[in-house]
Formats: sequence, structure tokens, C-alpha cells
Amino acid sequence: MEQQFDTVKIGMWLFLATEVLLFGGLFVGFGLMQQRYPREFVEAHEYLQRSLGALNTTVLLFSSWTMVMGVLAAKTNNKKRLVFFLILTIICAFIFLGVKYFEYSHKYEEGLLPGHFYSHKGDSIPGSHGYATFFSFYFMMTGLHGIHILVGIGLLAWIAIRANRGEFSEAYYTPVDLVGLYWHLVDLIWIYLFPLYYLIS
Amino acid sequence: MSTQIEEVPFDESGHLHDPKGEARVYLKTLIALLILTAITVAAAGIHFENGAINIVIALTIASIKATLVVLFFMHIRHDRPINGLIAAAGFLFLGIFLMFSFIDVTSRDPLQPVNLKAPVTNAPAPVTTLDSSGNAVPATPAPAPAP
Repeated sequence: MEQQFDTVKIGMWLFLATEVLLFGGLFVGFGLMQQRYPREFVEAHEYLQRSLGALNTTVLLFSSWTMVMGVLAAKTNNKKRLVFFLILTIICAFIFLGVKYFEYSHKYEEGLLPGHFYSHKGDSIPGSHGYATFFSFYFMMTGLHGIHILVGIGLLAWIAIRANRGEFSEAYYTPVDLVGLYWHLVDLIWIYLFPLYYLIS
Repeated sequence: MSTQIEEVPFDESGHLHDPKGEARVYLKTLIALLILTAITVAAAGIHFENGAINIVIALTIASIKATLVVLFFMHIRHDRPINGLIAAAGFLFLGIFLMFSFIDVTSRDPLQPVNLKAPVTNAPAPVTTLDSSGNAVPATPAPAPAP
């Protein structure tokens, strides 16, 4: 049984490594385009609200803590605490997506959209592709991260339902542990997205 | 071997030695992560003469935060070494990918034809259009209608 658990965990870590490389390609592309359009990228950064990014970072870090407390509750056979912390984690995920929705709709109204949908007026280098490139990366990376949050909400809900049925104990809590690892990876990616998009200017 | 088991929070049957101690470690980790977030936001408000310093500070703090999450929240510090190795390999290859891409881009000369004799002027290229049979013809301004 312990050996099975170890094997499952290795598989999960291999999956997480591929996730790092999936986002890694986008990070490299973002960095290369920043080299190419430095002025446009700095200007485009100014349209992102730093306070909202910081709020979302705090929410996600807190949700990582509630997740790890949930795993601890599963290890100590505390079903009530496990369900409580899982629900708290799901609430944090919804707060994150709510803030993201507010940010996206704001960008939509200003025409700060990817590729040829970009229709913002009053840029200091009119006609440059740099702005649209920045927002292509912005929507692609935060969007892919948002999809990961959505998947995470589904997984957390599934785990919470199973936990409520009393399926987990210190003898068997593998799903809780693996969903926890996935959730921390989503947090980890945001830890890098936040400074790259909201802070560098 | 016995000293090593004392460091690990589980005994052989998988029971936690000290759940409260673990919870304290998680809380301290969360507080450290939030403090680092505050520091990185504050540091972004300072305008250094060299903008690269801001990027280095932001990414260094992000990496410290990521290390804390991996070590404490993802349990790598007590886990089998193979899992840590896989995680480290993922980041290592990402590092190689990043490094070689940037070496390539920053060390490349501007692209110009090797047989270039005269400096490239910024004169606009002649505009051509397609006629009805698909051949390119120079676009001529439409003659002004006679008054």
C-alpha cells in the first residue's frame, strides 16, 4: 500500500514537471517579446492594476495554506476540519476568479485585447504590434492559469464530497494529497505571473 | 538512521508525531509568503536607475516564495528524494530553455543582407496591386477628374 502511494506520487510529480514546462514555454515567449518591444511592454504594464494583482496573490497564498491544513486534517482523521478547509479553499478560488473577471471586463471595455482585437487608443507608439503582443501573452497565460483554477475547483469539490462521505483517513488520503499538490502548483505559477505582469515596470 | 526518523514527522506506521507542530510550520510559511509578497510590491514602487534591478529583485523574491511552497506546502522536505529530483529536473530544464533562448536573442546582430553595399533607407516600398489577370502592376494614383 505504501509502495502504491509512492508510485502515485511520482506520477503526480512527473505531471507537475510537465505543467512547469507547459507554462515555461509561455514564460520564455513572454521574455523574448519583452526584449523585442521593451517600451510597449512597460507602457502596457501600466494598464494592469497592481492592487488587484496583490489581492489575488494574497488570496491564492491563503488558499494554499487552507489546502495544506486540509491535508493535515486528513492525516489526523479529522473529517470535519478536512471538509471545512476544502470549502474554504474553494471559496478562495472563486474570489480569485471574481477578481479576474473584474479585471478582464475592464480590459475588454478599454479595448486592451489580444492580437487584432486590440483597439485601444492613445498609445505613445501608435501602430506598434507590441501592445497587442503583450495582451496576447497576458490573456493566454492568465487564461490558461484560470482554466487550471477552474479544474482545481472541480477537483476540490469532488474531494470535498468524498471527504464528507468519510472516505479519507490517515490510512488512505492519496486523492487529497495529490489535489493538494496540484493546487500548490497553480499557486506556484501565479507566484511568477504576478511579478512579471503586475510589478515590472 | 534513528536521528533521521526523528526529523520526519511520521513514524513507521504512518502516524504523525506532532500534528500541532506541523500546523505551526504551515502558519509560519504562510506568514513568510505574505511578508515576501508585501516586500516585492513595495520594492516594485522604488525606481532604480537600472530597470533590470527591479526585475532581478522581483524574480529573486518569487523564487524564494516558490521554494517555500515546494519545501513546506508540497512536503518535499520530508518526501522521497525522487520527487524532489523530478521537481528540480523540471525547473532545471526550464532554466536551460530560458538561458539559451536569451543568449541567442541578446547576442544576435541585427539581420542584414551580407552583400549589402549601401545603407538601407527607409523609403517606402513601391506599392503594387493586382490587375484582373493576377499580375502585379504598380499602383498609380487615380487621375483627378477633370473639372
